Amino acid sequence: MTIEARLRLERGAFTLDVELTVPKRGVTALFGPSGCGKTTLLRAIAGLERSPDGYLQVAGAIWQDGRRFLPPHRRPLGYVFQEPSLFSHLSVRRNLEYGLKRTPRAQQRVTLDDAVALLGVEPLLSRAPAGLSGGERQRVAIARALLTSPRLLLMDEPLAALDLASKSGILPFLERLHAELAIPVIYVSHSPDEVARLADHLVFLDAGRVRAEGPISDMLIRADLPLSHGSDAEAIIEAKVSGRDDAYHLSYLEFPGGSFTVAQKDLPLGQSVRLRILARDVSLTLEPQSGTSILNIFPAKVVELDDEDAAQITVRLEVGGVLILSRITRKSASLLGLQTGKTVYAQIKSVAVLT
Amino acid sequence: MTDALTDGDLAALWITLRLATVTTLILLLVGTPLAWWLARTRWRFKFLLEAVVALPLVLPPTVLGFYLLIALGPRGPVGGLMEALGGRPLAFTFSGLVVGSVFYSLPFVVQPLQGAFAALGRRPLEVAATLRASPLDRFFSVAVPLARPGFLTAAVLGFAHTVGEFGVVLMIGGNIPGETQVLSIAIYDHVESLEYGHAHVLAGGLLLLSFLMLMAVYALNRRFLVARP
Repeated sequence: MTIEARLRLERGAFTLDVELTVPKRGVTALFGPSGCGKTTLLRAIAGLERSPDGYLQVAGAIWQDGRRFLPPHRRPLGYVFQEPSLFSHLSVRRNLEYGLKRTPRAQQRVTLDDAVALLGVEPLLSRAPAGLSGGERQRVAIARALLTSPRLLLMDEPLAALDLASKSGILPFLERLHAELAIPVIYVSHSPDEVARLADHLVFLDAGRVRAEGPISDMLIRADLPLSHGSDAEAIIEAKVSGRDDAYHLSYLEFPGGSFTVAQKDLPLGQSVRLRILARDVSLTLEPQSGTSILNIFPAKVVELDDEDAAQITVRLEVGGVLILSRITRKSASLLGLQTGKTVYAQIKSVAVLT
Repeated sequence: MTDALTDGDLAALWITLRLATVTTLILLLVGTPLAWWLARTRWRFKFLLEAVVALPLVLPPTVLGFYLLIALGPRGPVGGLMEALGGRPLAFTFSGLVVGSVFYSLPFVVQPLQGAFAALGRRPLEVAATLRASPLDRFFSVAVPLARPGFLTAAVLGFAHTVGEFGVVLMIGGNIPGETQVLSIAIYDHVESLEYGHAHVLAGGLLLLSFLMLMAVYALNRRFLVARP
């Protein structure tokens, strides 16, 4: 049971031509440069744009094919727009109830109390949208979308219109959403940081077409995608909390290539976590270093060096079956004599625990 | 000023208020779907219809009244049809006045509504659609409440403009006291008969009424606007 889409539509000079299979569980990010058709694709999935010969099937139900076209209000979806679009003539509570009241009782799986608690909007209920901050409005808009008990949640850059403080205030709510709800989410974004924190699966769009898709950990390090280049390149690995050192306030996180030591002691044992390793935080040595402050040092094999003619290059490394990236200067690479297959030691200066 | 208002004046006042109320109600019923359609259609020739709706703004009322008189009279297409169906021609009746007023005040109702609907944009309606609201539901639960200032402006302008009409009413109503004589014509009659006192009462009353209505619109619309983001 997945989501299958074949959608094609033309808007002036732009053509969207997409064939896509989205996993039923988790967050799928639609990622790509602006103008690549992310929003148009999301709107076509919602039925807000018509794709005349499109095919769309969500968890076994046909939303459109050559003969049928379910209008947006008959599609069991939730949509969060880029700018928080609350109804200005209704209080927060009545905004939340708008979709809830229009959802048949038998289909209601999310209660008002659930949504209010999940997004933390209890104190806002009696207020008018005009008096809320951007972040508060977007939280209400997300809760409102959830209250229609959607089979699919579509989010169009829900954080893009917010300032940095509201953004970091709302991300934990989105992570909770991800962790607690079994609703598949399609999330449009052009922020690598958001994608790394939230997505399980990534679809890379370019000029109206799918250029690549796959699990987020693979997509971030693929050499043929722009994500693995540039100063923000990063890798994500899954790990499990395996131990704790209370004296030093440290946790040990086990992954197939070894065990990370991180400065975080409130992680429950056995919990799965997602670790983000920025390529620029990984340095390479030929011998294992002693006398260093860096705790996380792993033997690694060079898989690939990108042949960019620039000061900085990205090295793909394999650590116990897991791929990570290292961003070093081209001069360092040639001094170390790096080449495919060579064994080195990856010193990882910092690791971010995402969930 | 014991008899500031003559019996004829009272009758004219009553007819005027009745005419303006009926006309405004009809215009809101007819004008709302028309304005909604004009605000949202991408039809290439929409400007033609917009020009027709706006005609009464620039046309001398006597021109409009003249054509309506021809159409509604016993030999006109509408009047002839009415007669053939066993009714009586609309010219020189209250119903005829209503028909004339509807045409005459059409732009004053359609234009504010069209502006208000256009100003909504597509977004609130798209949001409502993704929250399971059908097209009709979206119209009544989102478009109408959000366009409330437009409705208020349209209703007051339509009403006030109908109260103030003269030329059209004179042409197709014929100034029959107690039946088609409205206030503006009663004022004219008083002036013709040099009854300036009576004319003053009616003219002053209309001036005050018009001012109060417009003041109420601007005050209320400002409140709506302040309540929005």
